[in-house]
Formats: sequence, C-alpha cells, structure tokens
Amino acid sequence: MGLTTEHIQLWLQKTNEKIQENKTYLTELDQAIGDGDHGINMSRGFEEAIKKTADSDYESPGDLLKDWAMTLISKVGGASGPLFGTAILKMSMSVKGKAEVNYAELTTAFEEALAGILQRGHAAENQKTLVDVWSPVVRFLQENTAFDPAAFSNQAKEAMEQTKDMQAEKGRAAYLKERSIGHLDPGSVSSFYLLQSLSEVIEKEGVTL
Amino acid sequence: MKKLINDPNNVVEEMMKGMAAAHHDVLKHVPDTAVLTRVERTAGKVGIVSGGGSGHEPAHAGFVGKGMLDAAVCGPVFTSPGPDQVLEGIKAADSGAGVLLVIKNYSGDVMNFEMAMELAEMETITVDKVIVNDDVAVEDSTYTTGRRGIAGTVFVHKIAGAKAETGASLAEVKASAEKAIRNVRSMGMALSACTIPAAGKPGFEMAENEMEIGMGIHGEPGIERTLLKTADEIAEELLLKILQDGVHKSGDEVAVMINGLGSTPLMELYILNGKVSEILAEKGFTVYKTFVGEYMTAIEMAGCSITLLKLDDELKELLDAPAHTTAFRM
Repeated sequence: MGLTTEHIQLWLQKTNEKIQENKTYLTELDQAIGDGDHGINMSRGFEEAIKKTADSDYESPGDLLKDWAMTLISKVGGASGPLFGTAILKMSMSVKGKAEVNYAELTTAFEEALAGILQRGHAAENQKTLVDVWSPVVRFLQENTAFDPAAFSNQAKEAMEQTKDMQAEKGRAAYLKERSIGHLDPGSVSSFYLLQSLSEVIEKEGVTL
Repeated sequence: MKKLINDPNNVVEEMMKGMAAAHHDVLKHVPDTAVLTRVERTAGKVGIVSGGGSGHEPAHAGFVGKGMLDAAVCGPVFTSPGPDQVLEGIKAADSGAGVLLVIKNYSGDVMNFEMAMELAEMETITVDKVIVNDDVAVEDSTYTTGRRGIAGTVFVHKIAGAKAETGASLAEVKASAEKAIRNVRSMGMALSACTIPAAGKPGFEMAENEMEIGMGIHGEPGIERTLLKTADEIAEELLLKILQDGVHKSGDEVAVMINGLGSTPLMELYILNGKVSEILAEKGFTVYKTFVGEYMTAIEMAGCSITLLKLDDELKELLDAPAHTTAFRM
C-alpha cells in the first residue's frame, strides 16, 4: 500500500504541529541571520492550509497537495511562500491522478519539488538555503529502493545541521557573509520538520513503501 | 512590547482601513485584498505598482496617487505579499497600457512579484519590472543576492510615476526608472532595534552606547556594530561610503533624501542634513533638492538613511513634476 490522501492529510497536520510548536524558535533563528519573521510566516501559512483542507474532500493525494501548496503560496509570503509552495505544488503535479503514491513515484515527486525550488530560488547547494536539505534527501531517495523512516529522517536532520557551518550566499543571510556561519538556516529547519513529519506518518501508519 | 495595536495579527488590515479612511480623496482599499489604489485614474496610462512587507510606512501606500504609484500591495509586516495579492495590485493599476512593477531587491519580493507577473501574463496584462538595489552597505556580487533596495526606492517611484503621467510607453517608463536606479545610492544606520508586532520582541539587542551601521530596513543585522558617534561623524561615514561607490562625482547635481526610520525626531534628521549639505558643498556637488522626513521606515527603529540621486535634465524634470500622494507632494 502506498501513500493515500489520508496519509498526506496526516503529513500536513504533523508538519503544522511542529511548525506551531517551534514558531518562536524559527523566528529566533531568523532574527540571528535574517529579518526575524520565518516562524511567524510559516505558522500563518500552515494554519491556513489546515483550515483550507479541513473543509474539503479530496479524491487523490495530488488534489490535497495542490490546495496545500496554493495556500502556502498566498498566505506565507516572503521567500518561504514561493519556495515551500512551489515544492508542494510540483509534488502535486507529479502525482496527479494517482490514488496512491509508491516509492518510485514519491522519489520522482521529490525530484520535481527540488527542481521547482532550484528554479524559483535561483540557488544551488552549499549556499545555506533549504536546498541543502532537499538535495541530499532527494539523493537519498534515489539511492534506495524502499522507504526507511528512521534513515530518511536522520538524513534530513543531518543535512539541516550541516547548514550551521555554511556561509550564506543566498537570501537575507547572505548580507552577513562570514557572520552567517554558526547559525542554522531557518528554511532548512522548517524543511526538516516537513520531512521528519512524513517519515513519522509513514512509520506510525505502517505504510510500506 | 508596548504598541498601540489591537491584535498583532491584524495590524496590516486595520492600518489599511484607517489609511483609506483618512485619505479617501487620494486612495481607496480594494475590498478583500492587500491593495490600496488611487482614486483618480488616467485611462491609457502605464500603471505603476510597488509594495512589499508593511512596516515601512509611509512606504508604500503613502506614495499612491497622481504622479507616483497606481497601487501599493501591503504584505504582512516585513514580509512580501503573496503573488495573488500582487496580481490584485496589477489588476487595480492596469488601464490597458501595461504595468511596471517597482520591486525592492529582497529574495521574497522578487520571487512573489515574478510569480505575479507570470499570473498577469496568463490574464493577458502586459507587465514589466525594475528592481531597486540602492543600499551600498551590502556587497554587489553576482554570487550573492545583490544589494538591498531601501529608501532610494521612493525616488524611483517618483521618477517612474512622473514619466508614466507624460503618456510614455511601458518601455519608456521602465527606461526612466532604470536610469533612476543606476543613479541612486543609499546607506543607513540604527540607534535601536524595531519590534515586529507578531514577534513581540526587538529583532536585535543593542546597548545604550552602541549603533549599527548598514542594517536593513527590516532590522536585519548590518555590516558593523560600533560605539555611538556624533551626528556629524555619522553623516560623514554614511555619505563617504555612498560616494566611494563612484556613481556620484564632484560637479554633479544631486537630490538628497535624509530618511528617518520611525522614531528619530526631525530635529536630529535636520542636524544630520546640516553636515551632509556641508560635505557635499565642500566636495563640489550642487544640491538641487533635499527631502528630510520619514519616507521608508522600519517600524519604530531609531536611525536614518541617506540617499543621493544624481540628476540630469530628464530626471530633474521628472522629479519636479506634480505629485499628489499622502506622503509626497510636489
């Protein structure tokens, strides 16, 4: 059994819980090297995504992902709205029409999401952005053939932690140059919550991918 | 945090309501959007749209009106509005001759405004953009995000808006706006941090005897934290950094903007301008016009920015052209 619409709904809910719990933490991370609104913006966007999707019945994961994405794009704002929104939107397009998503399809969806982020943000790896979490995670999916929740989550966590030692070359933190070193990239931390939530849902629901 | 607000999450909406009520002769709120648009419209004129995060008042809605912007999109505090709201701004400003977006160079603004352009094109509205990057505090490099857009954006609004009023085409308006961008440079400093209402505490800590040089208009950290200096020393430091950039040279005619960031009294801005005008005269510049006041603030931050716009005959004429907005009149 692959990922169903219900699993995607749980994924969104779990991510939202983590974002709301860590709203202040994310904002503090952003105050160190950005303009201090990342947690506020993500919290607002995910809250709206929950509201929007709660009122609808979805026939497929793609339909739910689309509403999720569009809500992030319009409600998060800043750079995170287009980046996280584009990622989820590309996933939605990638799994369009499928009732369930298997491992290969999930991998493709993540590849498309990463391509969308790269295109929208004009960023590359090692520039201290969320690309530094999404890229290794996509490689991890490509290198494996089945979903190992703990390993997936660890990969995302490790990638997120590595942004701490990087010097920012994109986004607001780039203006700090070497002073950006020593701080986690807030967008990468949010990305970790999103990816960790997916692995938790897969594990808890006993999804075999 | 001590602020005159109701709910930190509703500040932008409530601000727009109050602003439209106060200036109903000049601007109106487009219902259910983050857009303030001008009341008087000229058919067949290129529309000028700007905006971004709120918290920079009077920017950007304060510059909506004849001779400047047709619509301002008011995002959440310090956060770019989403593309759907920018699209609403484009629609409000469009009268058939195309729309020019004046974007400040921040990743979020650029991404959301570019997505809005794509959406507008799908609705067959012709849209083009210029990106303002006047802040000399940060490096201009092809490897980084590039310079931020700060108070110099107000001059770009003025020049683009005046050009559009002449009945010029979208390409011509864009060319004048780009000329203004090439000739404008700014630099700022802060004496205190600001507090985003929803964050509830200041963006950074600063001791009583310290100042921050080159910080951004969102309270993002600057290039240097130093001991507090006198107004004359600050004026000199900011101005010399701007002049070092090489756009403005002895013999040039310039417009000067001394911009307050939210809680610096006019008295202090005028003290600063005294020194700025003295240095410019010494260095052989002619100051054509000076603007002292709050144009692009950072909520309640104490501090200032200095902007120089190098003028030629076209820019002088466009700077002098009538403007009737709530925060800028000529």
